[in-house]
Amino acid sequence: MLTCTAPVHRVSTLAEALAQRAAHPDATVLAGGTDLMVFLELGSVNPPAILDLWGCTELRGISEDGHTLGALSTWTDVARHPALPAALRDCARTVGAPQIQNRGTIGGNIVNASPAGDSLPMWLAMDAQFELASVRGVRQVPASAFWLGYRKTALAADELLTRVHLRPHADDRLHYRKVGTRLAQAISKVVLGARLRVVDGVVTEARVALGSVAPTPIRAHHVEAALVGRPLDAAAADAVAHDIAPIDDIRSTADYRRTVAANVIRAWLRDEAARSPDR
Amino acid sequence: MIRFTVNNQDVSVDTPPMARLLDVLREGVRLTGTKEGCGEGECGACTVLIDGVAVNSCLVPAIQADGCRITTVEGLEADGRLHPVQEAFLKFGGAQCGICTPGFLVTAKALLDRNPHPTRAEAREALAGNLCRCTGYQKIIDAVTEALAAPPPAAGTTGEPAC
Repeated sequence: MLTCTAPVHRVSTLAEALAQRAAHPDATVLAGGTDLMVFLELGSVNPPAILDLWGCTELRGISEDGHTLGALSTWTDVARHPALPAALRDCARTVGAPQIQNRGTIGGNIVNASPAGDSLPMWLAMDAQFELASVRGVRQVPASAFWLGYRKTALAADELLTRVHLRPHADDRLHYRKVGTRLAQAISKVVLGARLRVVDGVVTEARVALGSVAPTPIRAHHVEAALVGRPLDAAAADAVAHDIAPIDDIRSTADYRRTVAANVIRAWLRDEAARSPDR
Repeated sequence: MIRFTVNNQDVSVDTPPMARLLDVLREGVRLTGTKEGCGEGECGACTVLIDGVAVNSCLVPAIQADGCRITTVEGLEADGRLHPVQEAFLKFGGAQCGICTPGFLVTAKALLDRNPHPTRAEAREALAGNLCRCTGYQKIIDAVTEALAAPPPAAGTTGEPAC
């Protein structure tokens, strides 16, 4: 056991959290601990201080309409919320296993910015807005502008992610697919988050986002361009070859990821086409 | 000083705030029923309940347990009687080497408190974060799904032949 002896700043309100963040920009932020505790035990991080947000209850919880999610909402909160899209709730149930889902937060997943973060393609697919707050004020950053590089985000040193805003559209069809070694407790080899709007048989909007295939979660812009303005055609999946540059690592190979990324997109598009051929 | 209750007993421990709850329970409180398997949230052997919710105690810093109600495997029995899921593990052979068993029992208790009659699929999903290398899981799932099953009707009341 490696016990971290860094001082811990505990907060119970958002105002305190922002003041502490401004006072300790070098502190590591702690939410549910499911990533940070592993890194501390491995000795791979040695923070000078910890800012513990867990007691900040105003950042916990999801609005009744499912449009606003507090950053400290856990995956169990997401999985059980009746107003959230089924695909997002499915995504929540693939994060680790129940013990992790009970503790891990959406904010932690987003801010950790792992290229394999299970939920990150979903936020891209849903055009989520991230609310970033500091003592200087509040700003909204779209998911598409949040992950800047490998584990690098748009958060300033004095900012915290406080909420996630969704603007669901009744005609949108959302899809989530995670490919891992097994159903539970797997780190993803490929993650797909996708959204489609089809009007009178023509695709009017497409978001296709992938995780674990690049240094950040990415939008597959070539696939999206191949879909929009045409009848739904699963062949658009082939365009993903122009969108991704995966690597070989301990979990998978670049070849596997290229093949499987195209396959999961194609399978999703075929299912969508079969579901309502007249729309 | 961090204060919480463990199995309904008030406890205060002098510990670094980022110490793992697992270590505080085993070494500070001397409750060694909770086991360390992987130490990184993969195996579930260290599962305890915080305010009734199953968590990996290797991933919870002590400070986040402050003021909480903790249940460990030692707290499952009541008045000297095993919890029904413990009885079911005995009946169905749900334990072999035993290292994973406390975690399974605690996770199963949380499931049964929420859903007394889980299907096999529900039990499998709830227990997906607990690894067992001995049993092959079937007997564990048998035990959890049958733990609170209604007792069979008394012989002679159903028209079925009594054996």
